[in-house]
Amino acid sequence: MHKLLVSAPALLIAFGTAASAQTVKIGVINTLSGPDVQQGEMLERGLELYDKLHAKDLGGVKVELVKRDDTGLNPDTAKRLAQELVTRDHVNLITGFVWSPNFMAVAPVATQGKVPMVSLNAAALPAVGMSPFMVRTSFTLTQQAYPLGKWAAKQGYKKAYTAATDYAPGNEGAAAFTKSFTEAGGQVIGSVKFPAPPQTPDFAPFLQKVKDAKPDVLYVFVPAGAQATSVLRAVHDLDFKGAGITVISTEDLDPDEEFPNIGSLGVGLVTSGVYDSDATRPGNKEFVADYYKQYGTKLAPDFETADAWSGMKMIFDMIKATKGKFTGEQAMDFFSHYKDSNGPKGEWLIDPSTRQIVQNVYMRRLEMRNGKLFDTEFDNLGLMDAMGQPYAAK
Amino acid sequence: MSDSLVAAVSILFFGVAYGMVLYLVSVGLSVTMGLMGVVNLAHGVFATAGGYVATALMMSFGVPFLPAVVGGMIGAVILSIPLEWLLYRRLYGGDELDQVLLTIGLVFMSVAVCKFFWGPLAQPFQPPQWLSGSITVAGRQFPAFRSFVILAGAVVFAVLWLGLERTRFGAQIRAAVDNRRMAQSVGINTSQLFTWTFALGSALAALGGSLGAEILAIEPAYALEHLVYFLIVVSVGGLGSIRGPFFAALLLGVADTGFKYLLPDFGAFFIYAITLVVLLVRPRGLFGLA
Repeated sequence: MHKLLVSAPALLIAFGTAASAQTVKIGVINTLSGPDVQQGEMLERGLELYDKLHAKDLGGVKVELVKRDDTGLNPDTAKRLAQELVTRDHVNLITGFVWSPNFMAVAPVATQGKVPMVSLNAAALPAVGMSPFMVRTSFTLTQQAYPLGKWAAKQGYKKAYTAATDYAPGNEGAAAFTKSFTEAGGQVIGSVKFPAPPQTPDFAPFLQKVKDAKPDVLYVFVPAGAQATSVLRAVHDLDFKGAGITVISTEDLDPDEEFPNIGSLGVGLVTSGVYDSDATRPGNKEFVADYYKQYGTKLAPDFETADAWSGMKMIFDMIKATKGKFTGEQAMDFFSHYKDSNGPKGEWLIDPSTRQIVQNVYMRRLEMRNGKLFDTEFDNLGLMDAMGQPYAAK
Repeated sequence: MSDSLVAAVSILFFGVAYGMVLYLVSVGLSVTMGLMGVVNLAHGVFATAGGYVATALMMSFGVPFLPAVVGGMIGAVILSIPLEWLLYRRLYGGDELDQVLLTIGLVFMSVAVCKFFWGPLAQPFQPPQWLSGSITVAGRQFPAFRSFVILAGAVVFAVLWLGLERTRFGAQIRAAVDNRRMAQSVGINTSQLFTWTFALGSALAALGGSLGAEILAIEPAYALEHLVYFLIVVSVGGLGSIRGPFFAALLLGVADTGFKYLLPDFGAFFIYAITLVVLLVRPRGLFGLA
């Protein structure tokens, strides 16, 4: 009985694909409600925009997006939605995924149903290793935090503290920063963990503890969105600057759409990241122009938007190459060798041996120009693999 | 300063600020529960309402901070009086299960209403310029906004305390809490008294909600998310008291902050443990009427 249940979805998919050759059904598991809907919204915009502008380039193949709401960090819900998308809606692949725990929870569904899962945001390092049918176009925290630790040690900071949200990506980033900072001769004198969503923690007491310990530099991570502004306000109110403590982070602390709320609180903040909307690369200028034309200028696109755009591009290129007829294995084979030289994030590719994303990591600084906050890339650290090591093609 | 002293000062400061917010929100609940015998689980709704009105006034209409807070309190009062007339009045002296079901229903409705009008995100809250940054006391910096919250909480406590002890209205409340039927028979209009006490409690909750917006973020699920803490303050403090919730809120705020600071991995474990012990030793709370 159990065996039957497991193989049924696979059968259905094979059947579904053959029967509807001209329509590709893409399941989207995204956060469309709940306290963390802001991230889902930014992701949704990138995905929708690419679909809207490029659906016509697919040579007659129709793409149907089947959207589902995981309501936030809910692995159980995500898994159930993935099962329903596979068995009931017969989707050909599933994408979306704001949350790493949600993405990791769907791994068994990907393996059993042979349905590719493309994460547009979920960043936990081990996730794509959990099924041969998983890949991501976002980033890993290690990819950004490991080079950041090295960079911080190079600036002459001796004592560091880490503060991160207590869930997979938060802990992973803090560990990567700690590793590279210590390897480069620095010392990490302590760490604090913020409660994970859906709680909106009061950051001040945690950060006061950091301030009392008098480090030179604080590495901080929170899931992007409004929490970033709260952290920066607490840092400002506690006068870290006056206490001689520099705050650095990965790009989650300065999501572009939060700039109007962050305002002067963020000036001088240095982050490592793969995307900012102020980057002057041609691929980004084109993307940003399309985005503003569609959504207006009220909310700038952030890395979630760019990652979703990049992911949709990869999926659409696969559909084009296979004319809409593909098995899970064929799609994964295409994704594993994917390369894009001119995306919003610059050059990026999927490492065939790990299915992890390889891309440029930039050092950026927030600056105020004419009363508006800009993220300026001041250094390109070059292509980094998922472990945050310089990438050498094999 | 030695490291442990620094830590102690930090814990005390943030704990007291947090405790003050809990106190402002909960004191009305304590008095109305003691006075009317209604288990009002929806009390936090008035804090949410106050917070939403105040932040909306500030962010969308450019109203300065203090008038916006007063606006939030007025909003909560306007909401509370019809609710008391239409719904709560029927529950006085009634079945406790009815009270719980009705008021928790109100909480769920408030969550949906807030989500509908303001969306699911926490409201952006920016303290006014004169309260941002920090102030220096005895060579140590303290965030200005939280210092203001502590001050405001202390002032409200003093005013309430004096008001209950020294005014006619206060004497009526005390009389009605002690023995409602006797109070009625000596000519106190308890029905009117209930309405005004309920409104006052709601206004205080709104004050706590809007002043504390930085500490307890204003979001649709506010009334549900923090309900347990409000109830702990009331039960540990003791029903019908002004003093009880004050000390209970301070104890809870400082202990919660302290354990988060020193033993973050245990989360809220110790708070529940302390609550359990206090209620085992004193089932009617620290200052409850015997």
